[in-house]
Amino acid sequence: MTTQPQHHASRGRRTLRGLTLPVLLLIVWETASHLRLVDPRILPPLEQVARTAIAQITDEDLLYHLAASLVRDIAGFTIGTVAGIVLGTLLGLSRLADRLVAPTFNGVRQIAILAWIPLISIWFGFGEAAKVAFIAAAALIPVVLNTTEGMRSASNQLVEVGQALRFTPTQLVTRLYLPSALPSILTGVHLALIYSWVASVGAEYFMTVGPGIGGLIIAGRERFQMDLVMLGILILGLVGFLINRGASAVEAWLLRWRPH
Amino acid sequence: MIEAGLAYALSSRRAADIVGAWPAWMTRIKRRLRTASGATVALLLPLSLLVLWTVSAALEWLPPQILPAPTDVEHGLAEMWRSGDLLRHTGISLQRVVYGFGIGAIVGLALGIAMGLSRTVEDYVRPLFTAFAQVPTLGWIPLLMLLVGIGEGLKILVIAKAAFVPMTLNSFAGIRGVPPAYGEVAALFRFNRWQLLHKVVLPGAIAPIFTGVRYGLTHAWMALVAVELLASSEGLGYLLVWGRQMFWLDAVMIAMVMIGIVGFGLDKLMAVIERRLQRWRFADGTDAVRS
Repeated sequence: MTTQPQHHASRGRRTLRGLTLPVLLLIVWETASHLRLVDPRILPPLEQVARTAIAQITDEDLLYHLAASLVRDIAGFTIGTVAGIVLGTLLGLSRLADRLVAPTFNGVRQIAILAWIPLISIWFGFGEAAKVAFIAAAALIPVVLNTTEGMRSASNQLVEVGQALRFTPTQLVTRLYLPSALPSILTGVHLALIYSWVASVGAEYFMTVGPGIGGLIIAGRERFQMDLVMLGILILGLVGFLINRGASAVEAWLLRWRPH
Repeated sequence: MIEAGLAYALSSRRAADIVGAWPAWMTRIKRRLRTASGATVALLLPLSLLVLWTVSAALEWLPPQILPAPTDVEHGLAEMWRSGDLLRHTGISLQRVVYGFGIGAIVGLALGIAMGLSRTVEDYVRPLFTAFAQVPTLGWIPLLMLLVGIGEGLKILVIAKAAFVPMTLNSFAGIRGVPPAYGEVAALFRFNRWQLLHKVVLPGAIAPIFTGVRYGLTHAWMALVAVELLASSEGLGYLLVWGRQMFWLDAVMIAMVMIGIVGFGLDKLMAVIERRLQRWRFADGTDAVRS
C-alpha cells in the first residue's frame, strides 16, 4: 500500500515467509499420501516422485526425451523467428506490403494457435515436420508484430541523416532500421522463445506419439502414473523458467550499448 | 474491384522504380492509400488465395482430404448452420469460458488486490504463486485430468487457471502503481480504509486491472481450445478433433474460423467496456478524491 509507512521485513524473514506455504503444502501432501487420505495413485508420496525422477534419469530415457523436445523447439523457433523478422521488416518498411498483407495476417492470427494443430497435422503429415511447422507458426506471430513495430519507431531524423549520407536501401535497412528496431525485435524473439516451448509441448500432446517431454506427460496420464506426470510438469516449468531467464540475460547483454 | 487493385499495385510499383529514392515513393503510396482503395488492397491477398484455392480444387491438385473445395466448405457451413450444430458447439464453448473466466478472474482479482495492499500477504503468497504460474496451462491439464477426471469441472478449472494468472499479476501491479501522492491526499482527508480502497486505490488501478481482464480472457479462450482438444465431446475444440478424425477438413476449417471470430469478438467486447470504464474514471475518479 502506498499510504502507510512501508514495513519492509528483513530479507531472511521474507524468505522464511515465502517458504511457509510451499512447505505446509508439501507436509499436507506427504501426510495425506501416507495416511491414505487420498488414493496414493492420485497423490503419490514425495519420495516416490523423487525415486521416479532418479530412475527416469539413470535407467530410462528422460534426458533423451528432454533433448528431443529441445531440438524440436529450437528448429521450429529458428524457422519462425527468421521468417518473422523478414516478414516484420517488410511490413514495417513498406506501406504497400503492410496494406496488402497486414489485414490478412491480423485476421488469421485471431485463430488461437492450438486450433491450427489438426490442419497442420494433416497438411504436414504426422511426423516431425508437422510439429516443427506448428512450433514455427507459434514463434512467428510475436516476432512479426514486434519487428513491424520496431521498424516504424526508427527516428525520422536518423533516416534523414541516412539519406544525406546517400545510404542505399540495403544500408538503410542493415545500418539504420534493424539496429533501431533491435530492442523491439528482441522483445518479440523473447516471446517467441516462450511460445515455442509451450508449442513444443502442445505439438507432442496432440500430434503423433514420439519422444519428448509432452509425450512423457501424456503417457504418464494414460498409464495413470501420477509421479511421471508430476515429474514431466516439473521439467516443463523448469525449462520454461531457464529459457526465460536466459533470454532476459542475452537481451540485456545485446542491448548493453543503450543509454539508461 | 480486383483489377482496379491490381492496376493500382502495379502503378505504384512503377512509381517506385521511377523515383528510385525510398521515402519519396513511400510518401506517394501513403498519400494514395489514404483514399478508398485501401480496402481493395487489403482484399487483394485473401481474394487471390481464394482464386488459387478454387483453381486447385477444380483441377484436383490436392486430394479433398487434404484441401477440400471452397464449395465443400460452403456446403459444410450451410449444413452445420441449418442443423444448429455450429451454434450449439459455439454456445457450449462460450458458456465454459464465461464460467471459468468468471471464477479465475474474481479469485485473481482478490489475490492481486490482497498482495498489492499488504506486503505481508505478498511475502507469504508470491513465491508459491510464481512457481504455480511458471508451468503453462497446457502442462496442468494432464495433472488435473488425473485429479478431477475429464468432466465439466476439468474444463472450468483449466480455464479459470488460465485467467487467474494474468488477472493476479496485473491487479497486483495496478495497486502498487497507484501514485503515493493519491494516498497522501486521502490521508489528509482522513479517509478510512474502505474509503481509501474504493475511492482512491481501485479507481487508480482500474486501467492495469483491465489489462489483466483482457489478457485473462484471451488466455481463457486459448485454454478452452486446449482442454477441448484433449478431453471433450462437445464444443469448438471437439469439432476440430472430430473433423480431423473423420478427415472432414471443411468442419476443421469452419471450427477454426469460428474460434477466431469468437476470440476476436470477446477481445473487442472487453475493449469497448474498458473505454466506458476509462471515461467513468476521468469523469468521476478525480471527483472522488476531491469530495
